[in-house]
Amino acid sequence: MRLLTAFLIGLLFGAGILIAGMSNPAKVLNFFDIAGTWDPSLAFVMGGALLVAVPGYRLVLGRPKPLFEQGFQLPDTKRIDLPLIAGSLTFGLGWGVAGFCPGGALPALGTGRTEVLMFVGALVTGLLLARYIRNLMQNNLQTA
Amino acid sequence: MITEFTPLTSALGGMMVGLAATLLMALHGRIFGATGIVGGLLRPGDRNDWMMRAALLAGMVAAPTLLLVLTGKMPQIQVPVSTPAILIGGVVVGVGVFFGGGCTSGHGICGNARFSRRSIAATLTFMAGAFLSVFVMRHLIGA
Repeated sequence: MRLLTAFLIGLLFGAGILIAGMSNPAKVLNFFDIAGTWDPSLAFVMGGALLVAVPGYRLVLGRPKPLFEQGFQLPDTKRIDLPLIAGSLTFGLGWGVAGFCPGGALPALGTGRTEVLMFVGALVTGLLLARYIRNLMQNNLQTA
Repeated sequence: MITEFTPLTSALGGMMVGLAATLLMALHGRIFGATGIVGGLLRPGDRNDWMMRAALLAGMVAAPTLLLVLTGKMPQIQVPVSTPAILIGGVVVGVGVFFGGGCTSGHGICGNARFSRRSIAATLTFMAGAFLSVFVMRHLIGA
């Protein structure tokens, strides 16, 4: 039952992303190209999502617990630190180069397009590389 | 490459994404983050967590087929960049979202929806990064 609802929620998310145009790099890149072929559509994606999620989260998080679990899993860090900013800047730079973001690319995998497979392969490589770098840094800190 | 301005379908799609994020929190108590889903699948830990992420991913990947059945055509994917740009950009995105702790879905929608200061800072930063790199790629380098 839990896996079925997760599947259906993933399906709703994926269909929304695809209808919105978030999986289309031409559209995504044009959003950021104010000096060129600007297409402001993506502002409506985030606007539409927040229009639902802001009151939705308010309603849901006001309840004692989710339907299927004992509690809500929310990040407890509040600090705006260097990894957050440097990582987000890096993500943005890469997004502007490739035109895909993770949430746009995952649903697009289902189209079987080679470009999407290449991007997701590179994304996974980047995630593993970053984990390796972090482990090296932590080991250095421990031995220093 | 010029693309059509689609405020209605983009807002509709966005609302579906917002609803999916709300439902995942309401039923399963989780943030809907694409970075967390892929990252978690690469790190086998708790079996239930892993299966949950696999089910979310399977649903996402099934979405184009659902749209094909409902509308008779695959969603449009136009790639105006080169293969090296996809590969290099992909690795850079992977490193960035790992250290940044999320992407457009986790920070941009879920985090901002609960007014997390970290997510607002992350969103402003990655948007600025994307504006910057698109400007450099298209108007300075001309790629």
